[in-house]
Amino acid sequence: MLFFTRWKAAGILLTALVVCLFAVPNFFPESTVRTWPSWAQRHIVLGLDLQGGSHLLLEVDANAVRKERLQGIADEVLRVLRQARVPFTGRAIHGNSVEVRITRDSDIETALGKLRELSQPLSGILGSSGQRSINITESGGLITLTPSDAAVTERIRQAVDQSIQIVERRVNELGLVEPTIQREGLDRILVQVPGLQDPSRLKEILGKTAKLDFRMVDQSTSPEQALASHVPPDSEILDGEKGQKYLIEKRVLVSGADLIDAQPGFDQRNGEPIVSFRFNSIGARKFAEATQQNVGKPFAIVLDNKVISAPVIREPILGGSGEISGSFTVEQANDLAILLRAGALPAPLTIVEERTVGPGLGQDSINAGEHAAYVGAALVVFFMLVTYGLFGLFANIAVAINVAMIFGVLSMLNATLTLPGIAGIVLTVGIAVDSNVLIYERIREEVRAGRSAINAIDAGFSRALATILDSNITTFIAAAVLFYIGTGPVRGFAVTLGIGILTSLFTAFTLTRLIVAYWVRLWRPRTVPI
Amino acid sequence: MRLLRIVPDDTRFDFMRFRRISFPISAMLSIVAILLYFFHGLNFGIDFIGGTLIEVETKAGAANLAEMRSTIGSLQLGDFQLQQFGAANDVLIRISEQPGGDAAQQEAVQKVRAALGNEVDYRRVEVVGPSVSTELLAYGTIGLVLAIAAILIYLWFRFEWQFALGAMIANVHDLVLTVGFMSLTRVDFDLTSIAALLTILGYSLNDTVVIYDRIREMLRRYKRLSMPELLNASINATLSRSIVTHLTVSLSLLALLLFGGQAIRSFTATMMFGVVLVGTYTSVFIASPILIYLGVGRTRLGEAEEPEKSPEAPAAVTKPLPSPQRARAPR
Repeated sequence: MLFFTRWKAAGILLTALVVCLFAVPNFFPESTVRTWPSWAQRHIVLGLDLQGGSHLLLEVDANAVRKERLQGIADEVLRVLRQARVPFTGRAIHGNSVEVRITRDSDIETALGKLRELSQPLSGILGSSGQRSINITESGGLITLTPSDAAVTERIRQAVDQSIQIVERRVNELGLVEPTIQREGLDRILVQVPGLQDPSRLKEILGKTAKLDFRMVDQSTSPEQALASHVPPDSEILDGEKGQKYLIEKRVLVSGADLIDAQPGFDQRNGEPIVSFRFNSIGARKFAEATQQNVGKPFAIVLDNKVISAPVIREPILGGSGEISGSFTVEQANDLAILLRAGALPAPLTIVEERTVGPGLGQDSINAGEHAAYVGAALVVFFMLVTYGLFGLFANIAVAINVAMIFGVLSMLNATLTLPGIAGIVLTVGIAVDSNVLIYERIREEVRAGRSAINAIDAGFSRALATILDSNITTFIAAAVLFYIGTGPVRGFAVTLGIGILTSLFTAFTLTRLIVAYWVRLWRPRTVPI
Repeated sequence: MRLLRIVPDDTRFDFMRFRRISFPISAMLSIVAILLYFFHGLNFGIDFIGGTLIEVETKAGAANLAEMRSTIGSLQLGDFQLQQFGAANDVLIRISEQPGGDAAQQEAVQKVRAALGNEVDYRRVEVVGPSVSTELLAYGTIGLVLAIAAILIYLWFRFEWQFALGAMIANVHDLVLTVGFMSLTRVDFDLTSIAALLTILGYSLNDTVVIYDRIREMLRRYKRLSMPELLNASINATLSRSIVTHLTVSLSLLALLLFGGQAIRSFTATMMFGVVLVGTYTSVFIASPILIYLGVGRTRLGEAEEPEKSPEAPAAVTKPLPSPQRARAPR
């Protein structure tokens, strides 16, 4: 137990040194560290509860994604059946499916054939999974199209990916520093912005879907009459800015997806804030067609299902650019331009969790954490010296290296340090000492039982190490479970506790033994000063 | 140099004698704890029941709680709590979950911000919607169950089944008493509390395993010792280590409790109770005697509960344990 070859000793010391060195970047200011090579730049990230900032958890509205898919299928059914010149009735969305009734029985086969082309095979991990994106059934002339679960899940996943990109763009437009934006689970996005105190503007910008459509106003009846009797099937009632009702066609002429640019500006004539926009060539062409065909009629600019304005088309707009004026404030025009530039979210995002910490609390937490750590360490060091004397000193050295190694590993992983994380380190100091105590008490026992000094030390180590392994593993299991189920600060605690256990196992098995072994070799003691 | 010896070298305390007292006391305390949980309830934080938590610092001197209470009360946000949190101008506002899903929680925050205006600095704002809170509660419970199961399986591998079961009973009893403590003191029960419970579980098992390890070693070495004596010997042998370790961990926790700040106070207080008070007690007075009841060593000389004094017994109890044959080193 006390025998170390030179290589082994060198190996142990080198490992400990290298790991500790990784902790070094944490002590230098950010600016200096940036000039170092990239592999030396890894450092601990302070959690939001220590540096202050905002943490927002957004959820993609999965139902909206489903509804849009169904609407898309319904539109495709219309297009396909019209092309095939198959008469049909009763095209509608019922629950989770689109239904359509084929008028002539002779057309059923043709219709099914054409509609089946809409459904695409889905690929699984190993190639085709055998499932299709739409399940189509038919009975008595009524065809039902249902998007399959796998297809819907895939859509939600894509929607989240898209949303992440758009959220990134919006957050960047706001000029926020170093935000973290990542997927969480199936349908959630985590946005963390260090240093952000008041997330209200950010929340507003992320809360808007920003779906912009240009559609024609339906002038066949007035909105009030349509409400009273019935709404034409291809139109719907939408509210305007001040609550007035409009009857708008459902068909989209041009959508915001074709926008290249949007800038806030001021109206030439009355100086009010407006947003001017430009389409890409496809959008410009659609816009030109629509305005050419509908001169003299009003068309509606719809943002998130609200009519922002409904100007009359005075002349065809061929240049692919225009202005949106509504009753905007300067900031609203600004925000709308940001939203249009970044793009529309495929589905609305709701904020399901928010945690914002101010800088005052952050600094207080750091101070408290540091204070507790120093006091705790001092108490334990003193106690060990008083109880075990010289060996207590060895234990203290081992624990000090242990803590340095914990910081080193945290740095290597670019891990996040939170206030519970600091508590975890303080706790680890108490637990790490246990390994040494087990060894020393065993040595004492062996001495009492009559072994010579060196044999007692040797026996102490060998007998104690198995126990050390067993006992630490149980705490490690608890830390692992906690890591898996925890979020944020709690996860930080699990990380430091887990890493602390691993490093304390390393130091107990190697460093303490090494120190004692060298002391024995140098001093050749006849009694153990324990 | 005279070193500190908190526990004398050759303690021979008869721990097993107390098992007739300790078991009923523990059972009673557990029942009290369970009753507390069901009738007094836990002070669930927003992590588990949703809602909003706002910590504010009044800019001008000490906070006027009564005034703030009426201001927020007039916003009609349902149940809410206001309490001082640490310094005199630090106030913690807790608003219960608003009906209307996640969006409604955000609206509530806007209203409070508008109402309190510029008089306060916002140190911390936490909003947990209904979907996340149900998840966190589920995860928390699952986590505890999972940890207990995982550790049970691990112990089963390393020791015999009676040891695994004994350790589990002792440590679940630890958790039950700690939950009772949390109910009694009304500390905030949120995610950090689950962290505390899991750590208490892990650490207290740590302790039990050390004793079990020694018991297992003794079972192999001293075949003719009766169970109560063997258990006593094991505990006495590990007593010094246990006390020293418990002291060091207590010192760490004490530092955290005194200097770690309000933010983690509920966490450190719970840890202190669980690790120091309960953990120590159960490892010695529950986890060990339970092995007798579970039938470990039933085939030993002197069998089950109160062995008559066998010829071996007097020597074993009154003298230090037989040592390997070696010359004593001169002191």
